[in-house]
Amino acid sequence: MIAAATSRVPGVDARLLVLTASAELRHAPRTSLVEFLRPGDLVVANDAMTLPASLHGVHLETGAPIEMRLAGLQAPAGADLRKSIAVVFGTGDFRARTEDRPAPPPLSAGDRLAFGDLRARIMRTMGHPRLVAVAFDGSAEALWQGLARHGRPIQYAHVPRPLALWDAWTSIAAVPVAFEPPSAGFVIDWALVAALSRRGIGFATLTHAAGISSTGDAELDRRLPLDEAYRIPDVTARAIVNTRRAGGRIVAIGTTVVRALEHAAARHDGDPAHGSGVVRPGNGVANQRIGAATTLRIVDAIVTGVHEPGSSHHDLLRAFADDEALRRAAVALTAHDYRGHEFGDSLLVERSRARRREGPLADARVAA
Amino acid sequence: MAQRYKSARPAPQSPANARRMRVAITGGTSGLGLALVREFKARGCLVAFVARDARRVAEVAKQTGAYGIAGDIARKEDIHPVALQITGLLGGLDVLVNNASSLGPTPLRLLGDTDCEALELALSTNLLGPFRLTKSLLGALTASAREGRGAVVLNVSSDAAINPYPGWGAYGASKAALHQLSRIWQEELAAQSVRFLSLDPGDMDTPLHALAVPDADPATLKRPDDAARELADAIVAACPDLGPAPRHAEAVARFARVPT
Repeated sequence: MIAAATSRVPGVDARLLVLTASAELRHAPRTSLVEFLRPGDLVVANDAMTLPASLHGVHLETGAPIEMRLAGLQAPAGADLRKSIAVVFGTGDFRARTEDRPAPPPLSAGDRLAFGDLRARIMRTMGHPRLVAVAFDGSAEALWQGLARHGRPIQYAHVPRPLALWDAWTSIAAVPVAFEPPSAGFVIDWALVAALSRRGIGFATLTHAAGISSTGDAELDRRLPLDEAYRIPDVTARAIVNTRRAGGRIVAIGTTVVRALEHAAARHDGDPAHGSGVVRPGNGVANQRIGAATTLRIVDAIVTGVHEPGSSHHDLLRAFADDEALRRAAVALTAHDYRGHEFGDSLLVERSRARRREGPLADARVAA
Repeated sequence: MAQRYKSARPAPQSPANARRMRVAITGGTSGLGLALVREFKARGCLVAFVARDARRVAEVAKQTGAYGIAGDIARKEDIHPVALQITGLLGGLDVLVNNASSLGPTPLRLLGDTDCEALELALSTNLLGPFRLTKSLLGALTASAREGRGAVVLNVSSDAAINPYPGWGAYGASKAALHQLSRIWQEELAAQSVRFLSLDPGDMDTPLHALAVPDADPATLKRPDDAARELADAIVAACPDLGPAPRHAEAVARFARVPT
């Protein structure tokens, strides 16, 4: 596959590779996504809005230029960005590959950082020269104004043009909590939402604070994804129960949706009031890894971007399909020049019949 | 005149009706916008407002307790930073009031004497700005609608959107376009339960009116506070969970009518 170097979302020419439940491959224009869904299915998307999480400024102790990338929240339930976890780079910007970025000056608790008129303090280091917990000075208004003025979307060298905030927001972006775009959601436009409705397919959202995908440091990358806060509205949890009762499928737009739904379902394990296959509404922190050994409780299919084998995004697909089918999909993506990364083409993976281990929801006792 | 809004009923008995509603208002430091900021604050809503002059924004924020955001709706580059601050500070959005307006050239000019740049500026403030801001906040508004909180966009209109008043060309043409934008969006997003209102508050005693008609007798003009109360009533009525539904249907029927 080739990296999509444009920052614009592929429009009508974007493509979709479908890996069906019976391991067949189909090529289609992405605008035909709705035709691979069935009346009675429920599409669940992540409505997180992308933060301008990259801040260029100065480490005041040394005067050294730094780039700080907000990467997570310290206290997810409160969702107060004023206390964040951040990855810090030395000089340079996204045009250099993250692997080639120089280290920041040595960072210590108490160090002051300035980003224009936005000030922050390092609260503690986190066991790696690049990873720190920071606290911003001032009010919430000052923080949002500072981010709006001085922040830019986090981006990587494969997109040479500086991204504007509007490049990083999906059509359904609602709440600014994502550190990088929940990019599978670029597949959604208002025409798709209307088409789902016409075809009798449900549409629901959750909010998941998608974290950074790469730090340029192998040791640190192994700690990714960091804990990611999510919120599942009551109405979404109810729609999932109703869809499954009626025999419909749950189609997740993106890995963040899978992580949130499966985490919220797992929290019901051992709870006698609920059977498997029910998600708990409300706030949570997704901290599990999903891969070949995972039994999916909720999600029947995933729409995702095109990611390299070996990445955590790709690992998650192993919960849906066996390695041989994924290998054939990877070969097809390369052979047909699908565009990778966050602004590229899309992949729809249905959970293979062999991996359908959960019992029907009829067995579950639903409290609601 | 199908458009002019006069409240058909008294103000809601319970201000708690609108409690916790998250409201953003453009042009919030003077005239109708400032009156709307005060009205929604008085009703217990979470309010953020936008205006160009940072010093004035800070003053009004301090006076009213609302969140102040400095930005120019007419500038494309300001839209997403403004939308970020709105959703960040309010945690989402239920109501957007596109109130900021530009009169075009003042003193008012005949169209034949209006510079193209002056028309462009009026369109930027009165049409493109509301379009861009609304578009950038559609995700927040539809999320609110899905959760049953209601989602309303009020585009402040004018009888000059309908009547061809000589001298009001730039303003009238841009407000006419905004009115049609509201009506089309109302059709397109009805299935998402986002309501679009295009309402004329009437001739008010505001800085904008004084610019247009410097010798008007203020005693003959409507008070912005009264207009703000009526518009807030219309918004509450359009929120399914915060106001009585029949009123909402009535309001939509009344304002969606095409004036001829």
